[in-house]
Amino acid sequence: MSEQTEMITDIEVPIYLQYNFTAGRAPSKFLSRLKKGELTGQRCPNCANVYIPPRGSCPACGVATEEEVLLSDKATVQSFTIVAIPIPNNPIQPPYVVANLVADGANIAFIHLLSECVNEDVHIGQRVQAVWKPEEEWDYAMDNIRYFKPLDEPDVPVDRIGTVPFEGLPLAWED
Amino acid sequence: MKDIAVVAYSQSDCLAQAGVANEVELIMPQLRAVYDQVGINNAQDVDFVCSGSCDYLQGAAFAFVAGVDALGAVPPIKESHVEMDAAWALFESILKIRMDQADSALIYGFSKSSPGELPIVLSQQLDPYYLAPLWVDYISLNAMQARMMLDQGLISERDMAEVVARSRNNALANPHALLKGEQTVDDVLAEDTYLSPLRRSDCCPISDGAAAMIICTPQKAKEWGVPYALITGIDHRMETHNLGMRDLTDSVSTRKAAAAAGVANGQIDVAEVYAPFSHQEIILSRALGLTGDTIVNPSGGVLAGNLMMASGLSRVGEVFNRIVAGEAGRGVAHATSGACLQHNLVTVLEAV
Repeated sequence: MSEQTEMITDIEVPIYLQYNFTAGRAPSKFLSRLKKGELTGQRCPNCANVYIPPRGSCPACGVATEEEVLLSDKATVQSFTIVAIPIPNNPIQPPYVVANLVADGANIAFIHLLSECVNEDVHIGQRVQAVWKPEEEWDYAMDNIRYFKPLDEPDVPVDRIGTVPFEGLPLAWED
Repeated sequence: MKDIAVVAYSQSDCLAQAGVANEVELIMPQLRAVYDQVGINNAQDVDFVCSGSCDYLQGAAFAFVAGVDALGAVPPIKESHVEMDAAWALFESILKIRMDQADSALIYGFSKSSPGELPIVLSQQLDPYYLAPLWVDYISLNAMQARMMLDQGLISERDMAEVVARSRNNALANPHALLKGEQTVDDVLAEDTYLSPLRRSDCCPISDGAAAMIICTPQKAKEWGVPYALITGIDHRMETHNLGMRDLTDSVSTRKAAAAAGVANGQIDVAEVYAPFSHQEIILSRALGLTGDTIVNPSGGVLAGNLMMASGLSRVGEVFNRIVAGEAGRGVAHATSGACLQHNLVTVLEAV
C-alpha cells in the first residue's frame, strides 16, 4: 500500500433492473386497435370527455372509463414547439415540430410529430392528418403513424379546439 | 391536539400477478370502496390526499404521479405522496389534521411488484456506496438476520415454523390472502431450505394490489354517521443504514416507537405486525412487548400476502376492522421499511 491514499471523489455504480412491463387494461385495448391502424379513446361516463391514449380512468372526475370510442386520424393542433436542439440517440434531425394534437372525436390531446410542413407556418388550430407507415410495418406502437401533415381545411377557433367530432369539419358554427 | 378517527378501509386481493392491469386500475376499486363506506363521491370530498408507492417496483420514473389519475383532481386537490409504505402516508395525513390544515384525509398505497425481480429491486434501497453496488438481495439479508437469531439461541427453527403455520391457518379467514391452508408446524419443517436458514414459506410472497383508508376528526366521523376507531398513538423511528452497526437480533427502533406511541398504556387485544419473514414476527412481538394475551396477525400477516407500499397501511386497516367489529378494544399496528426492519412505525388504535 502506498503511503498516501488518493482521495476517492466518485464511483461508478451502474444499475440494471429487468421488468416485464404491462401497459394496463385500457392501454392494452388501445394498442391492440392501433396495431390494426385504428385510433381509439375511452369516454368518461361522468363528464363525457374522450381520452387518448386511455388509461382506464378519467383523471378529472376520478371514475373508471369503460366505453371505447373510435377516433379519426384527422386532428387539430392545440399547441406545438419547434425543436432546434439534437437529442442524443434520436434519429430525427432538428429542426422539427412536436405538437399536442386533438384527434377528431377526442377531447384531450396527445403528442406527435408534424412534418411535410413549413415549420414557421405551423399554428394553433391548424388541421392535420396522420401519415401511416405501410400496413405490414404496423406494431403495438404510436409510431405506426410516422407523423401528421397539414390538411387543406379551415382552422379551428382556439375556443373550439378539443370539440371537433369524429366526422370532422365543417363544424356547426360555420353555418 | 385533535383526535384522529379511522372511518373506512379497503384492500384488494393479494394477487401473485395482477396481469395486464395498471396501477390506476388497481387503485380505483379500493378508492370507490372507501368512498362508499363513508358515503362520499370522490377525493373532492376530503380535505387532503396522501399516497404511498415506490417507482422502483414497477420500474417507471414518476409512476406515482399516474396514481393521481384515480382521484378526480379537478378542481385541484391538496395532495401529497411518500416514496414509502402508505403507513407513512397515514402519518403525514395525521400531521396534516393535527396542524389544523384538514379535517379528513384519504390515504392509499399500491404496487405492482411482480413485473421486476423484487429481491434484487429492493437491494437498491440499501446505502448507495457500500451495499447497493454489491446487489445484496433482500432475502439473503433477512436470511442473515435469521441466522444470527438462531446462532445466538434467541429463536429455533420450530419457532419460525410456528409463525408460518399460524399465518397459513389464520389466513383461511382472510378473503384477500394469497397463501393460506391448514398447515402444521411439522409440515413447514419438512420443507427444504431455500436460502438457509429460510424456507420458502418463511418469506412473504410477492403480491400486486392496493389498499385505501379514510381518516378524519371524530366530529367529522359523527357527521358522516359511520363507526370509527381512534388512533391514540403513532410514532416511527429509523436505525442506521449501516447493517454492521445495528443489533439485528432486536428492533430498537420498534421499541422506541412503541414507547412513544404508548403501546404499554393498556392491554393489547390484537396486533398486526409487518413481518416479511417469519423470524421478524418474533423480533417485533418482543420489541412491542406483546404477551400471550395478544392475538398476533389474525389476518395471516404479510406472510399470507404482501402488498408492497400498502401492507403497512393494511396492518392499521386490519386492526381498525377488528375494533369496529367489536372483536377487539385496543390494538397495535406496525409497519416496516428498509432492510432487516430498519425503519418502523407503530400505531395504537382504540375503540371509542
